[in-house]
Amino acid sequence: MNSSQLLGITTLAYLFSAILYIAIFVFRAKKLGLTATVVTACAFLINTAGIALRWQESYQAGIGYAPLSNMYESLVFFAWAIAIFYLGLEWKYKNRVLGAFSMPFACLSMAYASLSPQFGKEIKPLIPALQSNWLIAHVITCFVGYAAFAVASGMGIMYLIKDRKTNEGPGSLLASLPELKVIDDIIHKTLVFGFLWLTAGIITGAVWANSAWGTYWSWDPKETWSLITWFVYAATLHARFTRGWGGRRIAWLAVLGFLSVIFTYYGVNFLLSGLHSYGGGS
Amino acid sequence: MKKTENMVWRFFASVRLALFSLLILATTSIIGTLIPQKNPPEFYIEAFGQRTAQLFQMLDVPNMYNSWWFISLLLLFSINLIVCTIDRLPNVWKMVVMNNLDTDPERLEKMPHRQEFHARGNAAALAEIATGLLAKNGWKAQGETKPTGSLLFSQKLAWSRLGVYAVHLSILVIFAGAIIGSLLGFKAGVMIPEGSATDTVYETGTERPIPLGFTVKCDDFNVSFYADGTTPKEFRSNLSVLENEKIIIDKRPIIVNDPMNYKGITFYQSSYEPMQGFNVVITNKATKVSQSFQIPFGQKISWPEGGIDFGVINQEVRSRMGDVNRLKVWFSDGQGDPSIFWMDNNATQAISSPTAAYEFEASQVYATGLQVAKDPGVWTVYAGCALMLIGLYVAFFLSHRRVWVYIVREEAADRCRILVCGASSKNKIAFEKEFSALVECFTHDSTLQNA
Repeated sequence: MNSSQLLGITTLAYLFSAILYIAIFVFRAKKLGLTATVVTACAFLINTAGIALRWQESYQAGIGYAPLSNMYESLVFFAWAIAIFYLGLEWKYKNRVLGAFSMPFACLSMAYASLSPQFGKEIKPLIPALQSNWLIAHVITCFVGYAAFAVASGMGIMYLIKDRKTNEGPGSLLASLPELKVIDDIIHKTLVFGFLWLTAGIITGAVWANSAWGTYWSWDPKETWSLITWFVYAATLHARFTRGWGGRRIAWLAVLGFLSVIFTYYGVNFLLSGLHSYGGGS
Repeated sequence: MKKTENMVWRFFASVRLALFSLLILATTSIIGTLIPQKNPPEFYIEAFGQRTAQLFQMLDVPNMYNSWWFISLLLLFSINLIVCTIDRLPNVWKMVVMNNLDTDPERLEKMPHRQEFHARGNAAALAEIATGLLAKNGWKAQGETKPTGSLLFSQKLAWSRLGVYAVHLSILVIFAGAIIGSLLGFKAGVMIPEGSATDTVYETGTERPIPLGFTVKCDDFNVSFYADGTTPKEFRSNLSVLENEKIIIDKRPIIVNDPMNYKGITFYQSSYEPMQGFNVVITNKATKVSQSFQIPFGQKISWPEGGIDFGVINQEVRSRMGDVNRLKVWFSDGQGDPSIFWMDNNATQAISSPTAAYEFEASQVYATGLQVAKDPGVWTVYAGCALMLIGLYVAFFLSHRRVWVYIVREEAADRCRILVCGASSKNKIAFEKEFSALVECFTHDSTLQNA
């Protein structure tokens, strides 16, 4: 058994988990609830084992680094962070319909990592700039934040769907979704959580850049886009705290913010050039 | 006059302006990620055409993050932050330090969380019991006797209301650090060949020479590769610092991510350049006499004391940069045929002639590329970052929670009405739980049940 196999299984397990949650939502198949949670928890454990094994394999290959160093590894960690964040959310809100709007993100992230020919999956030695403990702190903080924002956008979509057809009868599909007020609360709390981690991610990145290059901020496209994302969420939180925005507007902003996250994460690496280019393809 | 002043103040204190500046900063920042920054003017003419390039130069687009208009936006953002804070902080401060025992009883009746009890006993005795119950739930109460009875008050984390201002302040602290750095610091670079020294570095972008006030010597540079032979594993320079001919730092190794600092100036390993030449050490194994040389490629070198002539006559290059992988050496001590052999760079080769044995050590000469930075503002920036994280945590996750217990004598003697009420600055749901736990405790107390 090697890490690639484990992570391949993880992809299937997240797919299965996402399908189960969507089935719970679409067919109101509440009986599947426990199965869905167990499958997700198992998928998460396999994902964890895959990351741990890859870590060990890198030591066996004589390289030895935390598996958080390229696009493939970060996508795997992104899926991991989404899964644990979602499981926490499910546990706190005792509502499994949320999974139909969260776990697809974990599944997509893993599927993209596994299936795209763009990324090298082999364990490659780290160039000197990446040999730093700040790498671990930076990637973990960023991706915990990104995971929260992914879930927040899922909740935003959920809000918008429910809000659109709210005048349908109590027997409708949407009746099983949490009340708008509750979704709004989840979105807000998730955004706040993500914002704190995004801030920490930008700061750890700056400290690292300073120890490697002597400049904590050089306005390279990745840094700038992370700041743009930060501005978007800062504006969202201010709109809510001081102008009382909520509901549809915040739901839309949660989706917009996540688009900015995707561009920061993905778009910059493949569409723009800069210091972060080693985060890119093979 | 007063009115316009007020309007200007209102404008700068408004949240509308804060939202506007956040979003305008976000949108304009995109420009510099799409249009490559800090390239020479010809680049923009070639990529975008003469007219567009001219427009770009006019608007400072090629260096937009330092342009007058972007700095102005940051300034607007800062003024907004400062005015906003001056505008709101006094009221919030009042909330933090106010004496809640002065709270109007009528307001207590309208608190978002409240519960009423009736109990026998006089106000003072009941106040004592209530104080005990509050303490049991982690609420340390103060009391005051009122004409109508007794008022108890307790609060937690009043200062958490200041969290959001700590975040705002942290942004200004970071800006201050950045300004200190750009006024008093510099970013520069220098290439130092192995064995050479410099007391001057060259500013990034302008190439203006900057005297260091001391001398930095590169004793040695090494690049090592992973087993694949192409991925660099480590760039390592040994640097020494000399001041007035005296060695202050002796052969401090620096690698990427582990720079050297002296007198506030930091030296970062950033690049290297292979040079046409070799460091050679020849040792006579019998006599143990040893001599080092720095020799150019393709030249015959003599060591008269050792009776040796030698040179590097060919080399095999690894990369386009000119890293030598192997070198071909010609070596003669005048006894028998000269030795001609290939050897690895950075290795030692044994040579034997009819009368003696030698060790021949050779490594290519490199120049180390250093980034040199002086940034006295960096610790201010870090302090700002720490303050921001703490402030965000306080602002998002801690709340100012207050509870009052108001004990009022009722007309019937020896009987009181007890109002337990509370409020939280945020996170109402968590407070509701905390408040219910307190109410539960009051409900279960035997002396309060006998009303």
